[in-house]
Amino acid sequence: MSDSPVVELIDVQKWYGAFHVLKDVSLSVAKGEKVVVCGPSGSGKSTMIRCINRLEEHQGGRIVVNGVELADDLKAIELIRRDVGMVFQSFNLFPHLTVLENLTLAPLWVKRVPKREAEAIAMQYLERVRIPEQAHKYPGQLSGGQQQRVAIARALCLKPSIMLFDEPTSALDPEMVKEVLDVMIELAGEGMTMICVTHEMGFARAVADKMVFMAEGRVVEVATPAQFFTNPKSERTRQFQGQIIGH
Amino acid sequence: MNPAPDDQTRRATAASEIEEPSSAQTPERAPPASQLRLLGWARKNLFGSLPNTILTLLAFWLLWEILPPLVRWGLVDAVFSPAGGAASCREATGACWALMGEKNRLMLFGVYPYDQHWRPALATALVIGLLATSAVRSLWGRWLIWAWAVCLAVVGILMWGGVLGLAYVETAQWGGLPLTLGLAILGIVLAFPLSILLALGRRSDLPAIRALSVGYIELVRGVPLVSVLFMASVMFPLFLPEGVSIDKLLRALVGITLFTAAYLAEAVRGGLQAIPRGQEEAADALGLTYWQKMRMVVLPQALRLVIPPIVNQFISCFKDTSLVTIVGLYDLLAATKAALADPDWRPFFVEGYIAAALVYWSFCFFMSRYSQWLERELAKGSRR
Repeated sequence: MSDSPVVELIDVQKWYGAFHVLKDVSLSVAKGEKVVVCGPSGSGKSTMIRCINRLEEHQGGRIVVNGVELADDLKAIELIRRDVGMVFQSFNLFPHLTVLENLTLAPLWVKRVPKREAEAIAMQYLERVRIPEQAHKYPGQLSGGQQQRVAIARALCLKPSIMLFDEPTSALDPEMVKEVLDVMIELAGEGMTMICVTHEMGFARAVADKMVFMAEGRVVEVATPAQFFTNPKSERTRQFQGQIIGH
Repeated sequence: MNPAPDDQTRRATAASEIEEPSSAQTPERAPPASQLRLLGWARKNLFGSLPNTILTLLAFWLLWEILPPLVRWGLVDAVFSPAGGAASCREATGACWALMGEKNRLMLFGVYPYDQHWRPALATALVIGLLATSAVRSLWGRWLIWAWAVCLAVVGILMWGGVLGLAYVETAQWGGLPLTLGLAILGIVLAFPLSILLALGRRSDLPAIRALSVGYIELVRGVPLVSVLFMASVMFPLFLPEGVSIDKLLRALVGITLFTAAYLAEAVRGGLQAIPRGQEEAADALGLTYWQKMRMVVLPQALRLVIPPIVNQFISCFKDTSLVTIVGLYDLLAATKAALADPDWRPFFVEGYIAAALVYWSFCFFMSRYSQWLERELAKGSRR
């Protein structure tokens, strides 16, 4: 792990109307680090992760990704988005395109990769998420787990250096959670920088270098998984753990 | 896990109503065969209840009253051969289809020079032929754009003339079906991209663009097409510097285009609003630019959803071209009217208008059926 952070949030503020969703949020992620963000719903964790690739605009503080500060410069934002892959809770595959077309769209148009090459890259990633045989189907013909794996492959096709996961398994049927987590664990093993909003504590234990606990728009606790699960510092964290582990 | 044998028997006796699902016990069965033959169908659907029976009898009576006289008028007693002239029509009690034999060229081509009618005829045939070709999905491709470009050039040469030994015919003499088709097709083709820009503008984050789009759409939708055409043909030239004049046909075309675009824009906006937010977010997250996102992710889905209202607008535009008659252009309907100005044939105006209506109807019906087919075709495979 190198020293300079690849993603850095410094005192980030955001409001939805009058509602203060992010309060002094600071976070620093080093290259290759796996950060798992958890917290009760409405705690601002999704908003925080969506600020990193500017799907949401922050209104105060600074966000620096790969040394580039996120501001109103559209070109800079497009460059950052190429280098930051994102996986959504609801997959958000393009239903009018086949799986292969979903995967090659951005390489073809954003990176101007030749078609043949883009398809080769796409097939390579489909094999990594273990569904190369679905390449010519439409997303609507796949199961939820398969769709989410396609979505991961789609993000990887731009060869990003950072991957954001926004509750990637929350919309899945229980029996499909594992196939998606397996792909994510494999990706973590390859040294990808990952920021995951998730409630999958088993996954967190397995891959996280750093746990971030958020509540009411604030970062309440940042700890190693060992500390986080055995000896959390804050009362709020303990309460949350009681709720999600107890069930 | 295997439950103990006594456990199994206890369950079977205690809850006999809960059957174990077993594929061996319930073989697949064919759906029940329909018992309804013609009589059964009639009893169920036509005479199922007292109100139904009354409605059925009423409908039969109406058909009995209307159909035989209609057939007698339209077919049995009708005059088809134009040989006897208008006189033979006046003697007959039926329809005078001879009118079409006599006046078809005036109705179809208006005041276009008579000996040159082969030119608009060929142009119309070319356009209809290419329309039919473009409708076939297996023929879709980049070549069609070129084919249309060439076709438009050829049609232009045929209609205007002035080159290749063809006599020059000014647009004021154009008329009939070619004029109607030209205004409708060009109006639709030009209005469609404009409407997409307007719809996107209305949803833009930039206040100036949004205000401009909303203002335009609401202004144009608030006035009737007749007044737009009037503005284009009477008021607009007043604002031009002296000596500059813009072709009347072109002004009418621009009027129709601007008018249709405003309505189409609202149909397109409906489609845009139906696309989930996540689609745009996914495109953004992949680093697509705004126009790439719209062209490849949002619009293909949005337009597919609103094919019915869009085609509705196309059909409406096609029929609205008949309003250009108020600015002195001879479209199909106006040409029909002109053909009926002949005192000998004037009594048979009903037949004339029926013929014109049939032409309008067949184009609109084609559009309607084609859009239904297109919807099914594009929905293949990509259903959510």
